[in-house]
Formats: sequence, structure tokens, C-alpha cells
Amino acid sequence: MLEMNDVEGIPVLVLLVAVLVRWCVSLHPYSGQGRPPMFGDYEAQRHWMEVTRNLPLQDWYYNTSENDLLYWGLDYPPLTAYHSLICGHMADYINSEFVVLRSSRGYESYGHKIFMRATVLIADLFIYMPAVWWYFCCRRQSNSLNTAKNVRNYNTSTFTAKEEKRLTTHMATYLTLIYPGLILIDHGHFQYNGISLGATVAAIAALIQERELLASVLFCLSINYKQMGLYHALPFFCYLLGNCLPKQNRSVVAGFIKLLSLGSIVIITFFIIWFPFLKNVNLLLQVVHRLFPLARGVFEDKVSNVWCCLNVIVKFKEIFTNLQMAKLCFVATLLAVLPSSMDILLRPRLDKFLLSVINSSLAFFLFSFQVHEKSILFAAIPVALYLPVEPLPCFYFLIVSTFSMLPLLLKDGLLIPYIALTVFYSISVLLTVNFGLRDLVNYPIAFTPPGAKTNQQKSKKPVRIYAEIQPFLLRKHFLLIFFVSLAACSVLTVCSVAVSPPSQYPDLFPLLISFYSCAHFIVFFAYFNYRQIFFFSHSSKLKSK
Amino acid sequence: MFWSTVALISCVKLLLIPSYHSTDFEVHRNWLAITHSLPISKWYQEATSEWTLDYPPLFAWFEFILSCFAKYFDAEMLQVKSLNYASPRTVLFQRLSVIVTDIVFAYGTLELCSYLSSSGIRKSSKWGSRWGSPAAILQILLLGNAGLLMVDHIHFQYNGFLLGILLISVARILQGHCLMGAFWFGVLLNLKHIFMYVAPAYFVYLLRSYCFLGTHSGSSVQWRAFSLTRFAKLGLVVTSVFLVSFGPFVILNQLPQVFSRLFPFKRGLCHAYWAPNFWALYNIADKMATVAGRQFGIIRNVPAAVMTGGLVQEYKHVILPEVTPRTTFICTLLSVLPALVKLWYCPGNPYHFVRCIILCACGSFMFGWHVHEKAVLLIIIPLSFMAVIWKKEAQMYVLLATVGHYSLFPLLFTAFELPIKVLLVLLHSSYAFLNLASLFDIKKCSLCLPLLNGLESIYVLGLVPLFLFENVVYPLLGLNTRLPFLPLMLTSVYCAMGVSYFWLKYYWHFLTTSEVNHKRKAH
Repeated sequence: MLEMNDVEGIPVLVLLVAVLVRWCVSLHPYSGQGRPPMFGDYEAQRHWMEVTRNLPLQDWYYNTSENDLLYWGLDYPPLTAYHSLICGHMADYINSEFVVLRSSRGYESYGHKIFMRATVLIADLFIYMPAVWWYFCCRRQSNSLNTAKNVRNYNTSTFTAKEEKRLTTHMATYLTLIYPGLILIDHGHFQYNGISLGATVAAIAALIQERELLASVLFCLSINYKQMGLYHALPFFCYLLGNCLPKQNRSVVAGFIKLLSLGSIVIITFFIIWFPFLKNVNLLLQVVHRLFPLARGVFEDKVSNVWCCLNVIVKFKEIFTNLQMAKLCFVATLLAVLPSSMDILLRPRLDKFLLSVINSSLAFFLFSFQVHEKSILFAAIPVALYLPVEPLPCFYFLIVSTFSMLPLLLKDGLLIPYIALTVFYSISVLLTVNFGLRDLVNYPIAFTPPGAKTNQQKSKKPVRIYAEIQPFLLRKHFLLIFFVSLAACSVLTVCSVAVSPPSQYPDLFPLLISFYSCAHFIVFFAYFNYRQIFFFSHSSKLKSK
Repeated sequence: MFWSTVALISCVKLLLIPSYHSTDFEVHRNWLAITHSLPISKWYQEATSEWTLDYPPLFAWFEFILSCFAKYFDAEMLQVKSLNYASPRTVLFQRLSVIVTDIVFAYGTLELCSYLSSSGIRKSSKWGSRWGSPAAILQILLLGNAGLLMVDHIHFQYNGFLLGILLISVARILQGHCLMGAFWFGVLLNLKHIFMYVAPAYFVYLLRSYCFLGTHSGSSVQWRAFSLTRFAKLGLVVTSVFLVSFGPFVILNQLPQVFSRLFPFKRGLCHAYWAPNFWALYNIADKMATVAGRQFGIIRNVPAAVMTGGLVQEYKHVILPEVTPRTTFICTLLSVLPALVKLWYCPGNPYHFVRCIILCACGSFMFGWHVHEKAVLLIIIPLSFMAVIWKKEAQMYVLLATVGHYSLFPLLFTAFELPIKVLLVLLHSSYAFLNLASLFDIKKCSLCLPLLNGLESIYVLGLVPLFLFENVVYPLLGLNTRLPFLPLMLTSVYCAMGVSYFWLKYYWHFLTTSEVNHKRKAH
């Protein structure tokens, strides 16, 4: 399964495992399976196919006699609508009962489930998986981002250095593709996050290749599929803008031309995507109003963000109106994003970019208005891409991010795939990634952390050695925290399944999970900010010396 | 790393819990109910459900032990009267019971792997490699066997558990603990009597290599060396297992009743779907001769031949002579005889013993009466062990594994499972091709599949158009109404050609291997 020996064949095996796992999860129930009258996201997607297939485009976002917006009204940007239109036509071709206007509401059947699941798998196969693949290939080619040292060297003697690098590419791709959170939400719960996230990943890959125009187009596609893509907008904006600012080796004119071309390509992309909606200003406003619904409140259900957790102490909904709350959220989010965005604006470097994407999406998840628990995926996928650089914290984050969606998954009856995929993912990570556990064991004897060898040879001062021990001790503590925390996750999982909560607190366990995850996310947010702002500048100073 | 792999594959098995399950699910639920709620005297007499208990007593006890846990999941499933009962908790319990008892299979695999790495039979530069060593490849080939995953975890059976005991028994004999090997095989026979097919190999090997003292390879039979004590020990071990198993029914005076349940000779020559064996080729030859005969007007007034189909299990031969159970029995016996003779004359070579097991399983698969397609696993699983040691057997393994697993496709006919079975077989086969090729340092050939020659490659790749025809072209052309059994027939005939080719090639290989071969550096 994780064969390292024959480099040529690994991509095939990786692809097959990724597809197999996805389709196996598809066997399980989807959200709202057999639960009238509202069903769940599965029905929402089906309903959108029905609406876009049968109604003229100008009615899609309007409440009409044929289109009841209160019943899963379309509230995603036009690309989602176009995608639904295509799927709707396919559904109509396969079995017209799937998408008959009005009478198909709540339609469920074996064949329909296969059709819906297949559409998600096809989207993954053609968008998300190639994007991830491309991203790691780009990383391999760019010399500045070396990840090889963190992944175990298998059979070093028989591999050339180049092949070894490719090995890490395969494994990194594999680990990203089997991240449980996205699989569970897209193929279990039922959504098409892979499309939007795939476009974002492709945009990041394009940036690594320094094809900035392509990156802008891809990113525009992403946010026009799901407005949650905006969580990543600030880093993209700041990075591209930062690259246009005049510097020592770049004239003002060149920067201005670059800015102009970037700006125009974004406007053109938006124009093309929104073209059918531009005929009428009211229509445009209605769509925008549907995309950003102020009326729906600051959060729904239990979300692991700051507002939901503080809500236990301070009842925001009683103190503030929705508009006030939105303003508060806006200010808080802006403050949270500011450090990382300013950093990437002033020092636009590629190796920092991914961190700033993580920081921005986490800030939005923690502080912004109208957040869903599923939105954590928009932070998790950049973290999954970052995993080869810092395996342990990223792995930790990814496990917690999946855990934070547990109440939702339990509601959908996805407990078994949740456990199976989390264990599958964890074992895969432990088998492929070197956490330095062996170094820790050998440490008292060897006394030479790998990678620090050259430094130690240069100066044998005891102070210097102490400075090298310190990260190791920190790492040891970190590992301890990691395992304790994972144990706590398992305990909470068991409790939410097996223990019935006291009658006066029916939401006890979801709330505990929210608190627990939120605390982690805040710490991770601080950590990734620290890494972005201090760590890389520090290492670059060392290099310049 | 071994247990990590076991856990990884168990996770995939967990994901398969809600997949389609066949009537075997109800069969085993019924047995749980029978063993739990009835006294022993009624076990082989109960006939409320049509799925009466037709496995030997130890398997009944196995079901009894499972039922002790089942009551914590859903007590309703333990009622004999609740026919076709499949509540979510019942499904969960039954699926979990298969996944958990697969630990026996994992243990058998572990024993074989540790034997492989400690015996020194397989010299390779790859032993230092974490994932590329022979033991690592063997473990993934066995644990991730696509056929077992399909038959046990989708279709629903306990083959992993049973084959695990076979692996333990084989490992014990390889290690030289013949008595332990015999004991485990005795247990296995009392769990599922289909393993009787490989009993001749056990009998000959144990008699020749254990009961004769001082046997070494190549020595001629010296009757003075026959050790009565060893023979008695062996007999004692085996009979005591049988006594524990059948003893209670002897006391209850129910032995004939039990045997009538175990050996029902009411079924037809071929299963509803023809297993890819000799009789499939025989049937198709008959069919073609009939069609040709009618075309040329040689035969007239024959009834339209009854084709293989869901309810009709009988196939009336028109031209070729009818096949009786006696014929199949004689054919099977004749087919394994040369192998047994060879085994008799090569004592002390446990690898020949494993080869003989494979040939016994294969012979009974080729010529047996009412063979199930699942029986092909009994050939593939022991062959996996040989495949990581000898290149020739690796070449035959990749062919048989691909064809054999493909021939299991008709078992899973539901739409949701279609991608799963394809992915499982693709995954297992591509893993086997890639890793066995790199294990034996096969140079890449642009036109052939690794390890196979041109003709074999064409044959194996021919499965792709066959699959596409059955699943895309055939329904699109609307042939399903005119020729409803065409896909099943094509699959079984196409696979039968591969299995027969394998059987002949492997037989030839076994008969011509020199006796000292196993001592040479395996390469």
C-alpha cells in the first residue's frame, strides 16, 4: 500500500487507494438520509440541480412561486449554480425523475445516491486530486522549499537523490489525498468542497511556479464556487500586491504594469463568470445578498470558533443586533488577519505564503460572521499542504480539525467512517513521516540532532550545545502534549457516542468538543503566526550571515 | 510495521460495513440463532430456515462463541424464527465478527513472514528494505488480498479465519513441527470440510516425512525406518480433534444425520455461475457443438439447451456425455495423483508440500462437483507464499491472482460495489506486478506486463475489454433480454482458460523441479 520500493508505480497505487477510500465512504449515509421534511445538504445539492435545470437563470436566486428560497434556496456563487446546471442535465438524461420541478423534492433512491456520489468523485478526480498532485510536483521543482529531510529515507543506498525527492512528493500527495476531514464531508456528509479547494490548491501551485496571472484566475474560480474561498483572499491579494511594490531591483513602472495586468485579469474573470447576472443591477444585488446573508446569525449549531465558545458566558445574540454583531466580527477578523497579511505584503516570499494562507483562513474561521463547522476545511487543506515541512504540528491540527466536526458526523451516522479514516490516516502518517522519535530515543547517546551537525562541529561551546538541546526538549514536551490531547479526543468521542448527557444540558458533548477544538485552534493560530512572522525571518538572517 | 498494515487494512474493512451482503449473511445469522437458542442435539436437525447448518461441528461451536457476544448487540438476531433479520446492529455485529476473527489470518501471515525471514531460504538484497523485503511484500499480498476482501467483507463469509488456520498449519510444518501442523489441519477440517481437498497432500507428506525416521531429501523408501510411535502420535492428535468435534454426535447417535447435512449430493455439476474450471470449458464446448450441429443440420429435434442461470442449476448436455458425481470424483483423483506420487518420492521438502497443497486445491477446483468460484482463494493464498521466493512461481502467481480475482466479480453484482471490486482487484494486482517485478529485478519491457510473456500479457490485458463489454457495451446494445447469461458465461470461460493454463503450467513446473532445487539460492 505504501510501497516505497518501486518509484514508478507509486502514483498508481496512491491514486487507487485515494479513490477506493472515497468510494467506500460513499457507501455510508449522507446528511439527512431519510429525514423529511428538510433532509440535508444532499437534498440541497439535488434541489439546486432541479432549480437550475428547470428555471430561467434570472429566477435562480429569487423567491418565486416556483422557487421557494426557504427550502434550500441557492446561496452559493454562480459557479456552483453552473455546476448544478450541468449535473442537473446529466441527472435528467439518466433519470428525469431525479430533477422534476417541485415533485422531486426529497427524492431518494439507490440509483440517485450512486449518481450523486459519482458526481463528487468525478469532481475530485478531475479537480482536487490533480491540483494536489500538481502542487507537490511544483514544490519538488522549486529549490527553495526543501522537504526531504523530514520524510524518512527508505533504502537510501538504492536511490538517487532525485528519486528520493520524488518519493517524498508521492507520500506527501498521498497523505494530503487521504485527509479524513474533506473525504468525510464531501463523500459522506455530501458537499463539493473539493472543487473550490482544488482550485485554491492549484492557485497556490501556480504561484510557486511564478505564473501569477494563472494563479489569479484559478483563485477567482475558487471564490466563485464557494464564497468561503474568501478566507484565503487576503494572503493572495497581499502577496501579489507585495510583488508589485517597488523594490531595489524592480522599477515602479514594472510593478505598476504587473499590478494592472493582475487587476485586469481578475476583472475579466469575474466579468465572464457573472456575465449572465450583469444585465440587471437588482439581480446582481439579490445574488450578493443571497451569498452574504446577515439574517442567519453569527453561527449555526455548534462551531469551534471564538463566538460560539464565548456565547456560553456572554449571550451575544441578546446584546447585539445581527448588524452590530457583523461589524464586531469584521473588526475582530481584520485585527486577527492583520499581522500575517502585513507580513506577507511587506515581505512577499514564497515559503511564507502557505503559512499566511493558513493564518488568514484560521482567523476567518475563528472570528468571522456566519461560520459553519465545515469551514474548518478551508484552513485544514493549506495545513495539509504544509505538512511535509512541519509534520507534527500539522498532523496534530488535521486530527483536531476532523474531530471538531464530530457532532455533525454523528448526526449523519458517519461514526464508523470517521473512526476508520482517522485511524487509517494516522497510521499512514506515522508510517511515512519521521517525527524524530528515534532521535529522541538515541539523543542521550548520540547527542547530535540531525541537521545540526555542521553547527556543532563549528563551535563546541557548551552554550551552543544547550541551544541545540532545547528544541529537542521542547519537542519531547510537545509530543507528550500531543499524545495526551489525542487521548482526550478519543475519550470525548467515546463519551459522545456512549454516554447520554444530563437532561439539563443536552448539548453538553458537542459544546465540549467545540471548546476543546477551539482552544486548539487558537493555540495553532498563535503558533502558525509565530512561525510565519518570526521563524522564517530568523532563518533568513542566519543564511545571510 | 506488520500490525500497522493489519490496522490499515482493517480500516478499509470497517468502511465496507454498509456494503451489499449476500444470502450467506442470513446463513450465518441463522447458524448463530441455532447454536445459541437450541441444545446440541437439535443443531443438525433444525430446519426452520432453508439455510440449515451444513458445516462441521467445530464451526458450529465457533458460531456458538460468537453468539455469546452477539446478544450484547441485538438479541433479536438470535431467534431461530427471525428469518432474514438484518437490523443495523446485526449487520454491525456480523461484519465486526469477520473483521475481528481475521486476526487469525493476520497471525498466520505473521508466522509465515517470520519463517521466511528467519529460514534463509530466500536470499535477496532487498531484505534491508522496509517495504521492499520479501516478507513485507508477502504480508501485503496476503493481508490485502482482493479476493478475501471481496468474499469476506462484502459478500460475507469467514474465509479469512479459516485460511488463517491453514496458514498457521502450513507455517508449523515449514518450521518442522509436524504434529502441530497436523493438529491445526485437523481443526480446520472440522471447521469446514471443503479443506478435505488438500488433505491428500497432508496425508502423504506427514506419512512420508514425519512417520519415517531419518528421511532426507532424495532417500528411497526404507520400510525399516517407519516409526510406529510417530504414526501413533500423529493418529492420536488427529483422532482426538475429530473425537472432540464429532464425539457428542456419536453419543447422541446422530452421526448419519450430521453427515447427510454435510454432504448433500443434490446440487448440480456447476454452481449457478460456472466456476472457471474444466467443466465450464466442457459446457461451452457442448454448447458450441450443439449450435454448430444445428447450423449444419446434423442434429435435429433437440430441446434448446438450458443455459446456466439463477434458478436453473442443471445444464443438460446435448452432444457430450452427461457428467456424474462419480466422474468428477475420478477426474479429481486422477488429477492429483501424479503430484502426490512426486511428493512421496521427495520427502523432507516442505516447499514441495506447499506446492502439493496448491495442486490439490487446483485439481479439485478444476474437476470438482459443484465447485464455488470462491474456492480459487484456496489456490491463491498458499501460492502467495511461494511467489515471493521463486521467480517462476511469482510469474504464475500474478497471472492466477488477477484472473482468479476477476472471476469473483459476478459475486458482487450491485452497482455500488462495482467500483469497489474493480479498485480492489486493480490495487492488488498492480501492487503484485510492481513489487514482485522489483523483488526479482525484472527489467522493464515496454510491450509486456512485468513478469509475464507476450501471450500472457495479452490474455491478462484482455480482461479489460471483457469487463468493458460486460458492463458498458452489453447493456447499451440491449442484449440483456436476448442473451441474459452471456456475460457470466464469457467471464467464466475466459477465466477458465487462464486457470487451466495456470494449472498445467504449475503442474509441469512441480513435476520437473529437481529435488535439490529448494536448497539452491532462490532467485
